[in-house]
Amino acid sequence: MEHENATPHVFPEARKPGELFYSFIFLGTAVALLSMIFWQTSVLPGKGFSAQPRTWPLISLAGMAIFALANLVATSRSTRTPGRWKEVAVWLRSLEYVGWYLLYVAAIPVIGYLTATLAFCLFMTWRAGYRSLLAFGAAVVFALFVVLLFKSLFNVKIPGGAVYEFLPDTLRYIMIRYF
Amino acid sequence: MDIFLSGLEIIARWDVIAALLIGSIGGVMVGAMPGVGAAVAIAIMLPATFSLEPIVGLTALLGIYGSSMFGGAIPAILINTPGTPVNALTTYDGYPMTKRGEARRALSLAYSASFFGGVFSIFCLILLAPVLARIAPMFGAREIFLAAFLGIVLVVVTHRGQVLAAGMLVCYGIFLKTVGLEGAGYTQRYTFGQTWLASGVDLIVVVLGLFALSQAFILLSGKDQKYELPPMTKSGFFSSMAEILRFKRVATVSSSLGVICGIIPGVGEFMSQFLSYGYAQKTSKTPDLFGKGNPEGIIASEAANNSVPAAAMIPLLALGIPGEELTAMMLSVFYVHNVVPGPQLFQDHMDFVVALYIALFLLNVLVVLFLLVSTNSLMKVMLIPNRFLGMMILTFSLIGVYSLRNSLKDCAIAAAFGVFGFILKRLDWPTSPIILGMVLGGLMETKLRTAMARVETPWDFINRPIAFVLFSMIVIAIVLHVVSVVRDRKKVAGNA
Repeated sequence: MEHENATPHVFPEARKPGELFYSFIFLGTAVALLSMIFWQTSVLPGKGFSAQPRTWPLISLAGMAIFALANLVATSRSTRTPGRWKEVAVWLRSLEYVGWYLLYVAAIPVIGYLTATLAFCLFMTWRAGYRSLLAFGAAVVFALFVVLLFKSLFNVKIPGGAVYEFLPDTLRYIMIRYF
Repeated sequence: MDIFLSGLEIIARWDVIAALLIGSIGGVMVGAMPGVGAAVAIAIMLPATFSLEPIVGLTALLGIYGSSMFGGAIPAILINTPGTPVNALTTYDGYPMTKRGEARRALSLAYSASFFGGVFSIFCLILLAPVLARIAPMFGAREIFLAAFLGIVLVVVTHRGQVLAAGMLVCYGIFLKTVGLEGAGYTQRYTFGQTWLASGVDLIVVVLGLFALSQAFILLSGKDQKYELPPMTKSGFFSSMAEILRFKRVATVSSSLGVICGIIPGVGEFMSQFLSYGYAQKTSKTPDLFGKGNPEGIIASEAANNSVPAAAMIPLLALGIPGEELTAMMLSVFYVHNVVPGPQLFQDHMDFVVALYIALFLLNVLVVLFLLVSTNSLMKVMLIPNRFLGMMILTFSLIGVYSLRNSLKDCAIAAAFGVFGFILKRLDWPTSPIILGMVLGGLMETKLRTAMARVETPWDFINRPIAFVLFSMIVIAIVLHVVSVVRDRKKVAGNA
């Protein structure tokens, strides 16, 4: 269903690709969570409505479901912009960066913050499509800056790498403490 | 005077001054990089400030908050891309001025208007402080509940064109806050038997995911923009800055609107900017030149958005109610140090509040001085390619999330919210209602529970003057919104 003239306040004139799909997912999530309220929350005997543990999940999920339903209806009535599945593919492609990010996190306790950060910055620079020596040099400088600022100077709580255990005592302490 | 001197004593320390310098200069640089913005920078810096004293941590965050909009005006004027979202209206008149060779004049006007707005709002707050100290203790549980509820309503209705999305996202934020072990009966809510969910969903993890990681994904999955920097004359900043004196009325009214919008929870920079720009255009002798390089447009936009940060500290400090996502993040700094913002803070620690105001004033002076000498060099940060910037944000984000508990789970949750934020940004849905829902929702639940213990009839809830005023404001906000929707629908039907 397509309506050219929609109200600017509540109903946008045209929807973004994938907006209807995501509105539907959001509504589905709200309804699914709402349906679990009886076994995911409890009611305390002798307490008023405002003091019940169930009250706020109920209010928030009901609000979420109502707004999501209204949003779904409004979105379905606005002009469609083609490209829904192409847009969904873009969303899914972002998972690649999630993967690299989590790998970076997992590598820190093993190879240490300095090595992991250097490797991550260099790899992401390459993955982002940069091939020049300047870009890789900037990535190395940036990685060193981050490690020196946060770990060496601010002593931010990041664990030392397991590989540091193989280093001589003095160097091991310095690496664990500062890098 | 004694309080002022005590406040001065609090900030006259090397670590506070260093935090102010790092925050303000860092904020300008972050603001000048399109695609980063204060929210990303504050989200990343937030966990690092937890190990600092409250005044040091807050000064650094305030520095970023207050100065990013100064920096955001630079790309808005020079390359037609707002550095932070709230500099959007500056592009309307700033970029046309650059195109006709008046880039330096436009920048000077933006700096002077920003400075004017910032200082104006601080003076307003100094004048308001005694009044606030008297009013703040009159806020009991029901008044704070109603003020938080007003914030929720305003967050939704001020997202014009996205009211329904904002409504569902604010409710989602409230729901997120309910997950975990609740404090009244110690029962589990939506933990699905998972022990790691018992402590709830951490606000910092959500903030980092929604603001920092999502922005990194946006930049990494997009294409690099090629900008050409316009030529700039080497002198003339000071003389152009004095030009603001020709537009005193616009600057004063815009700053006043910024102060009002900053004080009201849930309104903030966007609304103040639009109101000021609209006012400036309506009262201008040359309204036709708006959008084509009218200096009044730049002044209205910049004075309005820069007067908000100081004003936004009012509901945060006096009532513990953040008006928008940035002050919501700052609230967590207070809680980490067991400093509870609210009426008691104004009564017992006025010197701390004054110290924050002095810090805000100093940061405005520092930023202008920094910009006067560094604008030409600062322009170069706009040339950092987007995807490289994405990689930088992703690397910085790790520090924020991982340093909390060294937990891979926190990073995975942040990454999940990063993808969620990425989708929301792609769809042009707002992300700030989630954060405000989380912060204000938790506050509303606690305060309602306390308030209802003394309430017998519904009328009792609003029978105190401030409670009644707040309730009336909620009703008025909803009614005005409904009326405007009906009017728009009629207009559309009439045009059809």
